[in-house]
Amino acid sequence: MNANFRFWLGAAGLGLALVAGLRLLGNDYGYFAGYFVLQYVVLAGAWNILGGYAGYVNFGAAGFMAAGAYSAIVVRQWLGWDLIPGIFAAAAVAGLLGLGTGYLTLRLKGVYFSIATLCLAVVLQTLVVNWDYVGGSRGAYIIHARDIPPFNSYSEMLFIVMLVLAIGTTGIGRAVEMSRLGRGLQAIRDNERAAEAVGVPTLRLKLVATTLCGALMGVAGAPLPYYSGYLNPEAAFSLAYAVNAIAMPLIGGAGTWAGPVIGAVLLASLQQAATVTISSALNLWIVGWMLVVFVAVAPRGILGWFRRRG
Amino acid sequence: MEFDLSLLLNGIVSGLLLGGLYAAAASGLAVSFGMLDIVNIAHPALMVTGAFTVVVLGTWLGLDPLVVAVLQAPLFYVFGIGIYNAYHHFFEKRGDEALQGLAFFFGVMFIIEVGLVMAFGPEQRFLDPSYAYTTWRIGEIDLPLRMLVPGLFAMACIGGLFVYLHRSFTGLAIAAVAQDAEALRLMAIDPVRIKRLAFGISIALASMAGGALVVVQPVEPSSGQVFIGRVFAICIMGGMASLPGCIMAALLFGVVENVTATFFGPSWSPAVAFGWLLLVLAFRPQGLFGKAA
Repeated sequence: MNANFRFWLGAAGLGLALVAGLRLLGNDYGYFAGYFVLQYVVLAGAWNILGGYAGYVNFGAAGFMAAGAYSAIVVRQWLGWDLIPGIFAAAAVAGLLGLGTGYLTLRLKGVYFSIATLCLAVVLQTLVVNWDYVGGSRGAYIIHARDIPPFNSYSEMLFIVMLVLAIGTTGIGRAVEMSRLGRGLQAIRDNERAAEAVGVPTLRLKLVATTLCGALMGVAGAPLPYYSGYLNPEAAFSLAYAVNAIAMPLIGGAGTWAGPVIGAVLLASLQQAATVTISSALNLWIVGWMLVVFVAVAPRGILGWFRRRG
Repeated sequence: MEFDLSLLLNGIVSGLLLGGLYAAAASGLAVSFGMLDIVNIAHPALMVTGAFTVVVLGTWLGLDPLVVAVLQAPLFYVFGIGIYNAYHHFFEKRGDEALQGLAFFFGVMFIIEVGLVMAFGPEQRFLDPSYAYTTWRIGEIDLPLRMLVPGLFAMACIGGLFVYLHRSFTGLAIAAVAQDAEALRLMAIDPVRIKRLAFGISIALASMAGGALVVVQPVEPSSGQVFIGRVFAICIMGGMASLPGCIMAALLFGVVENVTATFFGPSWSPAVAFGWLLLVLAFRPQGLFGKAA
């Protein structure tokens, strides 16, 4: 039995166990909390492909995610497409956005790309606020069917969709890590000039990675309007997504496929538990401090910490 | 819309005044990002912090915001030195500037912004100096003092910085650190000490720009976000480490943004910043006024 097969078997088993466990629990809140955690698994995994392997920081997670969410809204209003085609549309739009930003800035030093992604979110928000078709600053409503068989409830369906996306993203991250693409990206991270000199097609690999990263972030956002039933620019472009997308992989261990999963499950569960007890601002404040403390004290994250010990 | 010459002229003049404010915001970054190669994306957030402390201290002391901005600058200088010490200890010394260093400043920016929301609430704050509602008129052109005074204040700050960097020994050492930090060691000057000092100055400039900002417009904790695109675009357009280039780029930027706002509506102005940034990065990364790399 090879490692790939074991990974997919394990992931599928874990996924089925989660669904079965939540069904036994029989509480809708379980699905909502699970969705919340899993969307961050997707987002953190997407960030990790570019940030973890290639060392290029994408600050625009909220922008890419919102691009995905609004793509889903647009194709629904325009063509009447539902969630699943909406996810593909989101991947296409956000992927193109990543490719475009990357194409314009990636020939320079990495910081310029980071600065561009930082501004991208602000500008996309301006566009959406000024765009009445998707509700402008008032926001857009999505009214969905109550239940879709064979699922018990709509929230269970959303949870399972997100679960599949999370497993898929983690699998893609793992496949990238094992492939020539991943090794090329790691060479770029360690020394871009040396990589270029030995014939790694740096620009092309970076563009593939930004496109993939953008597309997966868009995918993470596509079910968001269905999940909340209503989406306004303020919620879609929330800074919480941008900071979590960076904090989760870095805390879990950037540059490994398991790192973002660990970071996302840890931090998102913590935040989900904390929103019940403390204010959301304080909650985010703690995430910010954790990010700063972790990058300062444990720059290789939780996984790196264990590896050094072990 | 009918083309209106006086509207265009006024757009250009108030754009120039706005550009003065942008120059103040970007000049600190020209020191930290341009000269020291420290990508301080928390710079606009620190500027907004400066604006908030100006509101608090100004209301308490009953002083003009710009006077308060000068008085509080030493506090921010010390704060900047603290940030640099942490940055140097954890990232610069280890050679982890690229990924971890960027994440560090992003975290600092985030902590500041959320901290301001927790301390002051999300609503806007403002402080009206005595001249806020006076407007000078020269022919067809309006010169609101609310814009003119902070613009002149910004120019004075940058002028002071320029003289300091070109005339004093430590100022010259800062310019030297930008060119070759190792060579400075041979002159028996500690480059880290010089960088610490320069970073402190850049944060002090951010807080003074905050004082100018609060005269021009009300501030809220998230005000810094729009400024990230602006100040980096200006800094890069101006040729990174050049103060005259920074002023020229800021004035140009202010005019373009303001004319866009006059003719297409103010909600489009953040898009101008981003468009410029992308165009500059794609076609002239060495800046409009910089030498070819």
